[in-house]
Amino acid sequence: MLYESSPVAIAIFASFVLAVVGLSFWLGRKGQSAKGYYAAHGEIHWFINGIAFAGDYLSAASFLGICGMIAFHGYDGFLYSIGFLAGWIVALFVIAEPIKALGKFTFADALDAKYQSRGIKLAVAISTLVVSIFYLIPQMVGAGDLIVPLLGLPHAVGVILVGVAVTLIVVTAGMVSTTWVQFIKGSLLVFFCGVLTSMILGRGLTVNTGSLEPQTRTVTSEGRVLVDGEPQTRDHDLRPVGTLAALPERYGDAKSTGPLGPLEYLSVLEDSRIVTWSGKKTTDEAGTHTVYSPSEKRGADLLKPGGYFKGLSTGKLADKLDFASLMLALFCGTASLPHILIRYYTVKDAAAARKSTVVGIAAIGAFYVLTLFLGLGAMTSGALDPTSTNMAAPLLAKSFSETLFAVISAIAFTTVLGTVSGLIMAGSGAVAHDLVENVFGIPMNDHEKVRCGKIAAVGLGIVAMALGILFRSFNVSFLVGWAFNIAASANLPALVMLLFWPRTTKEGIIAAVTVGMLASLGWILLSADTFEKVYGLSRDASPVPFSQPGIVTIPLGFLVLVVVSLLTRPAPMGQRA
Amino acid sequence: MAADHTPGRQGAARIGFALFWIYVLLYFGFIALVLFRPDSLSSRPFGGVNLAISSGLGLIAAALLLSVVYMVACRVVESPESDRR
Repeated sequence: MLYESSPVAIAIFASFVLAVVGLSFWLGRKGQSAKGYYAAHGEIHWFINGIAFAGDYLSAASFLGICGMIAFHGYDGFLYSIGFLAGWIVALFVIAEPIKALGKFTFADALDAKYQSRGIKLAVAISTLVVSIFYLIPQMVGAGDLIVPLLGLPHAVGVILVGVAVTLIVVTAGMVSTTWVQFIKGSLLVFFCGVLTSMILGRGLTVNTGSLEPQTRTVTSEGRVLVDGEPQTRDHDLRPVGTLAALPERYGDAKSTGPLGPLEYLSVLEDSRIVTWSGKKTTDEAGTHTVYSPSEKRGADLLKPGGYFKGLSTGKLADKLDFASLMLALFCGTASLPHILIRYYTVKDAAAARKSTVVGIAAIGAFYVLTLFLGLGAMTSGALDPTSTNMAAPLLAKSFSETLFAVISAIAFTTVLGTVSGLIMAGSGAVAHDLVENVFGIPMNDHEKVRCGKIAAVGLGIVAMALGILFRSFNVSFLVGWAFNIAASANLPALVMLLFWPRTTKEGIIAAVTVGMLASLGWILLSADTFEKVYGLSRDASPVPFSQPGIVTIPLGFLVLVVVSLLTRPAPMGQRA
Repeated sequence: MAADHTPGRQGAARIGFALFWIYVLLYFGFIALVLFRPDSLSSRPFGGVNLAISSGLGLIAAALLLSVVYMVACRVVESPESDRR
């Protein structure tokens, strides 16, 4: 769909972004030492850190991706919410306090605390970079998606804008400004999603009888875009979709329910009939045609599992394994994400780490409950863009008012800024502290460590921008699922076994991180989804039976660590290298 | 390794593990239902809201509840009075 930007939207958006970048410059003077740059001096208050956890974690995938998935496919998007939150249980009960006690600046510090091994630092630094880059892709894609309707600019401009803003934030003050950006973003996100949810409940459900004629979007071989055979213009464009076809019988002839309570809203929706739209793509000599067709469904069918994960209803084993694998990766992945783990170094002790995790769980849990209402509200808002699942939440806001749309879009954009700045911090720490200083053994004074981290941050920002443009057609939640798989496969086995199995050796850790990372990465690159969406090949050509690798590669990481550790002896104290 | 081996910390770790396994049972029990008995999640035992949604909301609430229980329990077992006992 084509979007028209409004001056109010641009003004609100610009104020948000300038305020965030300005704050970062202001805080820049506090982060000049290496400890300040990488760990905010370990002086962040646990409550601030807890909300910053939410700001770090509630990424474009959580806000844009889950809402979009619920809006287009129903309940299955909520399964992501459940899995994303469950991962925090591993972080709180298993990882938080030990990792705080073991580490200094980066995740590699913790894994290597016992062994002082360059091999561990190298393997973990590479795994940190791979996970951070995979997590960066959906954030950048989400940023580009937001800019299109808000400012009326091309997707690539959004990607470049977020890349430049985030690089500025990280380069100016490192972890201090990153923490405050995440704190502000986390607070605003939860608050405004709460406001939007109250508005959804206040509006209730209304029957909307929009046109149910299929719509066709064609991209010709010359690159022109046609809608139903005519050139796409603002006056001749795809119609917004997502409507309520009928209310439950108990409402008689009424077309609207009026305000509803939260449980009542869910109950009424379940007894209603809803029109959802899906696209089918075909290609011929004239170009690529996507036909968007409506389908009227019972609310009860949309509010049960199986709308997106088709294998749950068809009973195909590979599809069931794909789903189980994703849910396992979400559970295990949170506590393995380097950008989350480094946040434990910004508080003063293990008790503060624990308390900040509990605050994080409260804020994140509240947000994920709201995603259900946001997604369902968008599903029946009549405002969805059939070409983009990622735009559901901002367009839902637009169905209320342009101002709310601008505020929600600006918050979504700061959402991306907060998460991307955390990821770039984790990546720059891996390059400067782990690789350059510890693996390559290049001695650096405090000032040089900070400068090296900043150079690495600029490099990562450029990589992130390129990948955001390349992967623009993916749903951002789907992409984040891959990042969780790699993180859980590469990092969790080493982390858990280091903490709880005394027989663990440095060779075991190196092997587990390397095999877990390569196996999960290789699996993803060979998956049917990558074949179809990245390489443009047939799904059937994929040699792996399902797309999500975690159910195979996480146990593989544990197995490799145990076998290699049993085959190698721990070096006597004082002879470790 | 600079791990804390005080009795209070070890007690907190034991509580953490117990709560962790409780949540593992809840979470993977829910996943098993989604995988093998998806139709059972369509039943509506709680105020017209189906089991799929109510159990999902319940899992989110359980995570928060267990984390608060853990924080309170840690405060008790790590207190100086507890160490003296």
